[in-house]
Amino acid sequence: MLGVAIAAVALGVPFWVDGYWRTTFAFVVIAAIGALGLDVLTGWTGQISLGHAFFLAVGAYVGGYLGAHQGLSAALWIPAAGAAAGVLGAVAGPAALRLRGLYLAIVTIGLVYIGYYVLQTWTGFSGGPGGESLPPVTFGSWNFARGVTVAGHVFTRDQCYYYLALLLLVLAMLYVRNVTRSTLGRSMVAVRDRELAAAVLGVHVARTKMRAFVISSVLAGVAGALYGSFLSFAVPGDWGLVLSIEYVVMIVVGGMASLWGPVLGALFVVGLPALLQNVSTTLTFLSNTTSGNGLSPADAAEIVYGVLLVLFLLIEPGGIVGIGRRIGRQLAGRFARAGGGAGGS
Amino acid sequence: MSTFVPLLFAGVALGAIYALIALGFTVVYRASRVINFAQGGLLALGAFVTSWMVLDEHLPFWAAFVCGTLLTGLLGLAFQLWVVRFAIGRPEFTIVMLTLGLASVIGGVLPTLFGNNPRSNGDVWGASSVHVGSYQFFWVQIWTIIAAIVVLLVYGAFTRFTKYGLAMRGTALDPEAATAVGIPLRRVYATTWFIAAVVACIGGVFLGGYPSTVNPTMGNIALLAFPAIILGGLDSPTGAIVGGFSIGVVQEMVQGYQPQHAAWLGNDFYLIAPYLVMILVLLVRPYGLFGSRPAERL
Repeated sequence: MLGVAIAAVALGVPFWVDGYWRTTFAFVVIAAIGALGLDVLTGWTGQISLGHAFFLAVGAYVGGYLGAHQGLSAALWIPAAGAAAGVLGAVAGPAALRLRGLYLAIVTIGLVYIGYYVLQTWTGFSGGPGGESLPPVTFGSWNFARGVTVAGHVFTRDQCYYYLALLLLVLAMLYVRNVTRSTLGRSMVAVRDRELAAAVLGVHVARTKMRAFVISSVLAGVAGALYGSFLSFAVPGDWGLVLSIEYVVMIVVGGMASLWGPVLGALFVVGLPALLQNVSTTLTFLSNTTSGNGLSPADAAEIVYGVLLVLFLLIEPGGIVGIGRRIGRQLAGRFARAGGGAGGS
Repeated sequence: MSTFVPLLFAGVALGAIYALIALGFTVVYRASRVINFAQGGLLALGAFVTSWMVLDEHLPFWAAFVCGTLLTGLLGLAFQLWVVRFAIGRPEFTIVMLTLGLASVIGGVLPTLFGNNPRSNGDVWGASSVHVGSYQFFWVQIWTIIAAIVVLLVYGAFTRFTKYGLAMRGTALDPEAATAVGIPLRRVYATTWFIAAVVACIGGVFLGGYPSTVNPTMGNIALLAFPAIILGGLDSPTGAIVGGFSIGVVQEMVQGYQPQHAAWLGNDFYLIAPYLVMILVLLVRPYGLFGSRPAERL
């Protein structure tokens, strides 16, 4: 029942809302793919990474390069973007294998800085500080930038991106669900909960971390390719530490080590600034400008992220999913009592 | 040789600020085993508050500096008492994320209160300088180095000769054993956060000195100080100081020499040079140069 309802809402949303919210929801679904990847690494395997923005950038620019300069179809450059990010994840892996916890977090910050430097310097690839146009998704004669006509119905640009991202998100969720229920998934949880104990029990710690790192990077690469293409233009500053932190907030607020947590977190983190921007004309305490004094919507969002991060960590470490589970348990308890009473009488 | 001395001097001045930031990280890390990602935010906040008191409230610089330092310290203390305290005993991940939350809040509050425009730090030195032979040294840089050395000496004396310093060292060694012999852990944690925030503010004010400015993104410098603490090892104050000064010198040297000798590396290479040094060190010594490798038990 719940599944059908969610599917109906997910499929119907682009037809019920206006262009502003269609764009926002497309960004939400794209971010959810990347957040799902980070959750594999941080939520399931317990490795704190602040380098997610780097892999998103790799996906975006590799995808853009293959799509625009090599003229490949999106059916090729989206998987290629994921693969490239995965390969770089495997290259960065050895550093990750040697480091624990916070050392890893700091080295992944280094990754973001190095990525930013490469994008600034390698102008032939990224356009340098001036930025670079990233190509639209194309499948044969379908060009997402112009909208796509299927059986007489015209899908707008944001609808096309939304549905493509939704399809990839569903595939990614199925994959992550299967991985986390497999031997690899149990190894990841063991490494997260007690690394030394896991090693003693025969879990190959290095291999498990490496796989989690690669899965996370591949999903980030795919999300980055879609994100860059949907933005259609990117400068190196777009892929900074702030982006990495947004993804961390997504998985914490949504609920770590759960399938729906990253999705809900993405909805929240991407949706909130859009909502604040939208209501800034009616709420007087929000200023509409980014210059000068006053609370700009972006700053307001940053403050709200921070406060929510703190509140969720202290009060409900399970995130939105944790709240859902709690409510579910209480309802189930109430139904069980009611059912038991009816059976007894 | 004519560029070497100014570069070395600028490197030492920058390294002094890195050493202060690294000391702030280390103080908190030794007691609570977490990295305080809000260190950069506290640094920017302290600089802004001091600058605001001088430029808008017309306080004398030194009074403003002392007030700003105390206010920032109290904010760090308040964050520990009202937020971090409730997460003690939870996984370190939780506390690290809490500090990211504080960093995010400060990042949103600063531009709201003070605007996005860079401003002067309000110090008394401005662009004044002293000439020694053919070299020119800015007063603010000289004072940065002096202030850093004084702070580091005071901190060293504090940990070595006072009761609280001893308690802090005991906690760093083994929190459980420290509690067992009656060290008030809560007070130690509170002290470390206060010290970290005070040191952050001092670093921030000097960082905003000529030719630099006070601006909302100045807290990012704390991210560049990471290589310094990693190089030294997270739990070693000596390492923080050595790491801080060497990273500062490396960065200034690269910035000074690389454009002529290796122009193909581009404009911003000096920003990642510290990180490259750090990654090389970590590949050889995963716990830094002076860090201790924790013994693990099942």
